[in-house]
Amino acid sequence: MSATVKKFLYLNRKAPYGTIYAWESLEVVLIGAAFDQDVSLAFVDDGVYQLTKGQETAGIGMKNFSPTYAALGDYEVTKIFVEQESLQERGLSLDDLQHLVWEDEDEDYAEKDSIALVSRAEMAALMDESDVVFSF
Amino acid sequence: MSKLHTVNKSPFEKSSLESCLAHASDGAAVLLFEDGIYGGLRGTAAAETVERALASVKVYVLGEDLKARGFGEDRLLNGISVVDYGGFVDLAAQADAVQAWL
Amino acid sequence: MKFAIQINEGPYQHQASDSAYFFTKAALEKGHEVFRVFFYHDGVDNASRLTTPPQDDRNVVERWAALAEQYELDMVVCVAAAQRRGMVDEGEAKRNGKDATNIHPRFRISGLGQLVEAAIQADRLVVFGD
Repeated sequence: MSATVKKFLYLNRKAPYGTIYAWESLEVVLIGAAFDQDVSLAFVDDGVYQLTKGQETAGIGMKNFSPTYAALGDYEVTKIFVEQESLQERGLSLDDLQHLVWEDEDEDYAEKDSIALVSRAEMAALMDESDVVFSF
Repeated sequence: MSKLHTVNKSPFEKSSLESCLAHASDGAAVLLFEDGIYGGLRGTAAAETVERALASVKVYVLGEDLKARGFGEDRLLNGISVVDYGGFVDLAAQADAVQAWL
Repeated sequence: MKFAIQINEGPYQHQASDSAYFFTKAALEKGHEVFRVFFYHDGVDNASRLTTPPQDDRNVVERWAALAEQYELDMVVCVAAAQRRGMVDEGEAKRNGKDATNIHPRFRISGLGQLVEAAIQADRLVVFGD
């Protein structure tokens, strides 16, 4: 494909279901995984609501796409950054979110956490380091 | 690396501007356009936040959007510069990357 | 410099497409290259050839088409987003058994990979949305 490897940042700041942005953003991540770039996902502001566990959508007649986040590891999308301040502002902690893991081939398929809880300052640094920011 | 952040929301409707300014690093550029221009005006409840940010980031307003909404440059906070669409392109080209706060 | 443009909203509900248009036009007039304009989410509605605004309003679709004509712009509509929203070209009509098409001939329908590729190929990705 392309020899260039760029640092991609998918910036998620919107809650799921009320609008389609969260789901269609995830579709780009899944397709983009085939391009072998250095991919990070950022969940900031209402974006943290995308990762809550226990989503049940039968009553609103929409597809529950939250299990897809758990499959990201299989797509080698393993760097998921959640902002601590955004969680706190919303009365949430890491326990309210899905436990996302990936298997490290280099370490005999050891399960590792995909989610890294970062401070706002660390999130800002991550944003600064990225070459391309996809916003939805 | 220095970024161009773009904000197109009124600070009274969405938290985009506040969140943008909380994440923009020293030396970054922030462009307010569309309804984002309201964040650049003097005497608003958002002014203090923007004035604080002006100490470390450059803030620009898209003149066409400002004018369309009935405001002149004289209503902008001190330190904010006005650009046109060509200036928007220049800012995007000068930055290392563009980050939209939708 | 090489730009890629992503548009997330339709033509008349939000200013996103207008802003993207004026940005793209300014970039081209300054001699920059625009590698691709990618229409995503409701942005796919910018490609409807059936759009009929009142005479005293701008025609967002034709305006994009004219710019594309002048500068040979590659304007791509995301297929997955388009299918959901009833944007159809001849190939899609055949595949999905639809009796009509509505894509303006200056636009083309393709996959999300085109957005990712544009982000890789271009020096800057600029996103317009809401």
